[in-house]
Amino acid sequence: MSDMIVVQDLVKNYGNFCAVNHISFAVPEGKIFGFLGPNGAGKTTTIKMLTTILEPTSGTLRVNGHDPVRERKQVRRSFGIVFQDPSLDDELTALENMDLHGALYGVPRGERLKGTQSLLELVGLWERRDDFVKQYSGGMKRRLEIARALLHRPRILFLDEPTIGLDPQTRNHIWGYIDTLSKEQNVTVFFTTHYMEEADRVAAEVAVIDHGKIVAQDTPAALKQQTSAPTLEDAFIALTGHAIREEEANATDRMRMMRNAWRGAGRR
Amino acid sequence: MRAVYVLCVRQLKRYVRSPARIVGSLGQPVVFLLALGFGLGSIFKRAGAGNYFDFVAPGIIAMGIMFTAVFSGIEIIWDRQFGFLKETLVAPVSRLEIVIGRVLGGAIVAMLQGFAVFIVCIAFGFRIHNWALLPVALVFMFLISLLFTSIGTAIGSVLQDMQGFPLVMNFLVMPLFFFSDALFPMKGLPKILEGALRLNPVTYGVDGLRGAFSSAFAFSIITDFAVLIVLSAVLLSIGSYLFSRIQL
Repeated sequence: MSDMIVVQDLVKNYGNFCAVNHISFAVPEGKIFGFLGPNGAGKTTTIKMLTTILEPTSGTLRVNGHDPVRERKQVRRSFGIVFQDPSLDDELTALENMDLHGALYGVPRGERLKGTQSLLELVGLWERRDDFVKQYSGGMKRRLEIARALLHRPRILFLDEPTIGLDPQTRNHIWGYIDTLSKEQNVTVFFTTHYMEEADRVAAEVAVIDHGKIVAQDTPAALKQQTSAPTLEDAFIALTGHAIREEEANATDRMRMMRNAWRGAGRR
Repeated sequence: MRAVYVLCVRQLKRYVRSPARIVGSLGQPVVFLLALGFGLGSIFKRAGAGNYFDFVAPGIIAMGIMFTAVFSGIEIIWDRQFGFLKETLVAPVSRLEIVIGRVLGGAIVAMLQGFAVFIVCIAFGFRIHNWALLPVALVFMFLISLLFTSIGTAIGSVLQDMQGFPLVMNFLVMPLFFFSDALFPMKGLPKILEGALRLNPVTYGVDGLRGAFSSAFAFSIITDFAVLIVLSAVLLSIGSYLFSRIQL
């Protein structure tokens, strides 16, 4: 089995601040991989670099065998992503959102329609396909985003806190779909979450990142054993400590601060 | 190219589905048209300058277009806040395709809005000298739309939130509208004001429109056309560049 995601010695600096500090890991094809860490640990920054939105300071990345910096298009075709916050067009219907996505990814019309139907049926939204997304609940939006992310048949699915703010029923359903997909279509899943019991249940392997460094990487069972903790949450706290993290300014904020500083110095 | 098309269609759908927005953005031009068109008409006539309503109508059409176009461009900020922008930025299409799709869609929307103002003008008695020149008028409506959607796109790529929107309206769009030949003729103005008018692209857009409707250009149709096309190209390039630098 080949590795779908390879990260070697990845670094991302914002000025003096090191968001991601020499991390390395690999995710084999078809696996569900959990990327865990407290707020501001570098999870989203890593996802942004893997998904071509952000360029790394140094290090090697491979997504489906392609380099996210130099082979953007190939990489972008290889993955589907569900972002931390919604990214749907509220003024369009579910069907239109799906269709727009398919067109942007160059999925032929016939395939687009068939794929849309089977995916919307899978996430239980086919009956509501002609409703405007603004009439959807948070859970329905999430399900639609997952369906949309899969429309172009990606080999990899990135999920950045896909179940945040959802009730246990919806969370349960969502992980159900993801599990099914990964098994049936051999899709590799890379996700972040703060819900440790979810990671414990679905992830074949997890990596724990803290202060930009990977502090542990193994199966959930092995991590529990290693820290002699009864649950993954206890293992997580044993690995990352009890201190509450103040959410760092996010990447965009930091960049904005830097840009202003540069402008102030008259250099740009 | 498909990306350009689908993003264009998206803008149109959003526009057509929001009658409140269509009627709402008609309000301001209609108030201007009625108050100025009929209010100043008699003085204008006494000064021997002809029918003011017919004079000001093209200016008001340009106004409707400018406001809608800048707003369409600036909608990038909404898309950024509501997240849809991310969906387009990770798709396997170039940023240039995305920005062209957005600008073209926004320009078509603005042009439709301009056409709605045109219909209102006709309803209140705006007289067209030569209907055969209507296509020329449509071309100028499109060019004004393109120019101002590009400006809106450039600004929307740089602004972080809608807080800056009144700033853009009051310090850019309003002056460009008032210091043009939209409301008064260029002839006999103080030199400084005339200079400002000549430097303002809106002047050429309104002149093109007015020329097409009344068969009388202050400049020439070629000058009007060339100024608008060159400036649109320049601003579209600036807009594309700024858009390509958006970081999430």
